[in-house]
Amino acid sequence: MKVSAVLASKGNRTFTIEPGALVEAAVATLAANNIGAVIVVAGGGLPTGMLSERDIIRKLASDPSTLERTVDEVMTFPVICGSPDDDVESVLRTMTAERFRHLPVVEGGEIVGMVTIGDLVKAQLAELRGVAANLETRLLES
Amino acid sequence: MGWKAGDGPLRVAIVGAGPAGFYAAEALLKQADVPVSVDMFERLLTPYGLVRHGVAPDHLKIKTVTRAFAQTAAAPGFRFFGNVEFGRDLLLADLQKHYHQVLFTVGAQTDRHMGIPGEGLARSHPATAFVGWYNGHPDYCDLEFDLQQETVAVVGVGNVAIDVARILCLSHEELLETDMPEYAIDALSRSRVRDVYLLGRRGPAQAAFTNPELKELGELATADVIISKDEAALDELSREELEAANDRMLARKVEMIAEFAAHAPAGREKRLHLRFLVSPLALVDDGAGGVGAMTLGRNVLHRSASGALSAESTGETETIPAGLVFRSVGYRGMPLPGVPFNNRWGVISNRRGRAIDTETDETVTGEYVAGWIKRGPSGVIGTNKPDAVETVAAMLEDAAAGATWGPSAPVETAVVALLRSRGVEFTSFDDWCAIDNAELAAGQAASRPRVKFGNKDEMWRCLGREGGRAAG
Ligand SMILES: Cc1cc2nc3c(=O)[nH]c(=O)nc-3n(C[C@H](O)[C@H](O)[C@H](O)COP(=O)(O)OP(=O)(O)OC[C@H]3O[C@@H](n4cnc5c(N)ncnc54)[C@H](O)[C@@H]3O)c2cc1C
Ligand SMILES: NC(=O)c1ccc[n+]([C@@H]2O[C@H](COP(=O)([O-])OP(=O)(O)OC[C@H]3O[C@@H](n4cnc5c(N)ncnc54)[C@H](OP(=O)(O)O)[C@@H]3O)[C@@H](O)[C@H]2O)c1
Repeated sequence: MKVSAVLASKGNRTFTIEPGALVEAAVATLAANNIGAVIVVAGGGLPTGMLSERDIIRKLASDPSTLERTVDEVMTFPVICGSPDDDVESVLRTMTAERFRHLPVVEGGEIVGMVTIGDLVKAQLAELRGVAANLETRLLES
Repeated sequence: MGWKAGDGPLRVAIVGAGPAGFYAAEALLKQADVPVSVDMFERLLTPYGLVRHGVAPDHLKIKTVTRAFAQTAAAPGFRFFGNVEFGRDLLLADLQKHYHQVLFTVGAQTDRHMGIPGEGLARSHPATAFVGWYNGHPDYCDLEFDLQQETVAVVGVGNVAIDVARILCLSHEELLETDMPEYAIDALSRSRVRDVYLLGRRGPAQAAFTNPELKELGELATADVIISKDEAALDELSREELEAANDRMLARKVEMIAEFAAHAPAGREKRLHLRFLVSPLALVDDGAGGVGAMTLGRNVLHRSASGALSAESTGETETIPAGLVFRSVGYRGMPLPGVPFNNRWGVISNRRGRAIDTETDETVTGEYVAGWIKRGPSGVIGTNKPDAVETVAAMLEDAAAGATWGPSAPVETAVVALLRSRGVEFTSFDDWCAIDNAELAAGQAASRPRVKFGNKDEMWRCLGREGGRAAG
């Protein structure tokens, strides 16, 4: 299964923020859209970083003024990007090994979506369930 | 005004009678929280989508999944309308008048292209067309494939590519064990195909086919599977990946491929060559406007930052003979009139089954999707079950919140009257049962599992309705 199969039913919008924006604004975007991370993009290009809830909380614990800081001070970078054609299994392994949870997906120099480790695990589980349902059909009939 | 409890049943229209449609109907009719009635519309005379017209004609066991679908069809509150095409016989505005919700489960109706020179030459076809043809799909039953060619190239190494290659290699006896229509048996029995090339652009560890399908190739009566040792061997990156994956099935797949490579061919009549790390670069004209050969580029694998292995050209090329080409590089969804479409993924724009506006990403009230038109053309029949269940949960949640269409005439008889007024000759589920029984009886008479009707006219005749709308 490919990453594109996961993106296809995730909606079309990706949430991005400028590196110079305030973390406060990022928090508002996260809350308003019920998401865990935004992609940091300078002037509409490719991702320069990721800003996740975790990044913000971790920073807040040591720096109470985090919300007034700019996004590039708090974001995680460099950011690993994927392609729609990537195999879900390979990407999942990389995310687990490298401990990151959000993967911006890029094609033809353009951000085309973002998948979370949760999306990928869920898709893999659905695939396994499907195979199991098929087996059940065959067993019931034999 | 949306649906509310006490209004009578939630009236749901399902467009498309494949696995996704039936799994969704089952989920809707089996729950007890919201009373539901389902009208299912299908553009063909017959139900079951790719289970009837995609699944290989020698894979009979998996087709018994239709027994569960038939049980759903027998549930109170379910009606089937065959030969009714959304966009031609019924439009969104019609459904909005008579239903609270619509669920699109129309599958992926077309194919992807390779985007290389020569793709449009004569005898170069999408696998979708050949699959439809050997399975008696009325849209494809009149096509002709030149099976007098001796070499065939099948591009892609997914399960569909394997199906196509296997069907091309079946002996006459094996063909008789299938449920193909007679025209296909005749043509395939007269086939002069000797060499079938299956072309994978990546290596053995990235092949999309599944193990049982690979194993089956080794069980063909009149074909040898040929794989070169060089191409069966894993490169360094794949070896690392295989180790990290710790996936028994993948390890077994790689092992089976190596076993094929180690085996000397038994000298059978046909040869099925499974190739890896080659990409078609061009189809070569035989001088008469038909394909005669194919130029392949050799690849190496490259690992990206995300860990995925993709094919990269080495610059080396080779040419193989190919008088007939089937590209099996994936299906693709098609837009429906008035329904938001995501052109990048080839699906109806949606978030977890709720249709959304392609521009604004806002939910579109009353419209839902499941199956291949929701997540793209991948996954086995069973995968559509959890997928449909997810969408049905959203439908019921929205219904409970009153977020549905407010139909002006939510009555059972209205759609029947509408179709009649438009002169649409539709089939019922009982009609399908009659067709089904006739095909099974024809099978019995010929000592075959089933003999499919070869076209729509024969089906109408079977129903005693020669006047049936022949246009499609
Ligand atoms: C060649 C092939 C072989 C396969 N073999 C297997 C196998 O052996 N085992 C397995 O588990 N899986 C197999 N699969 C996968 C399986 O078939 C799919 O997962 C499944 O059929 C997808 O279900 P669906 O309901 O989304 O689409 P479909 O099965 O395609 O059903 C869609 C239905 O909608 C109808 N429709 C389309 N447009 C309209 C319209 N405008 N109005 C009304 N109706 C419309 C179509 O006629 C069709 O009946 C195979 C797939 C292919 C392509
Ligand atoms: N028996 C069964 O259970 C059965 C039978 C048939 C179908 N199905 C299911 O139905 C779904 C669809 O099957 P499918 O075979 O159509 O799709 P698929 O499994 O996605 O396979 C597509 C194949 O085409 C290759 N490909 C794509 N673009 C290409 C290009 N430009 N050049 C060369 N090769 C290219 C892919 O290679 P890459 O991997 O490198 O992209 C892959 O090998 C699958 O989930 C399948 O399992 C199941």
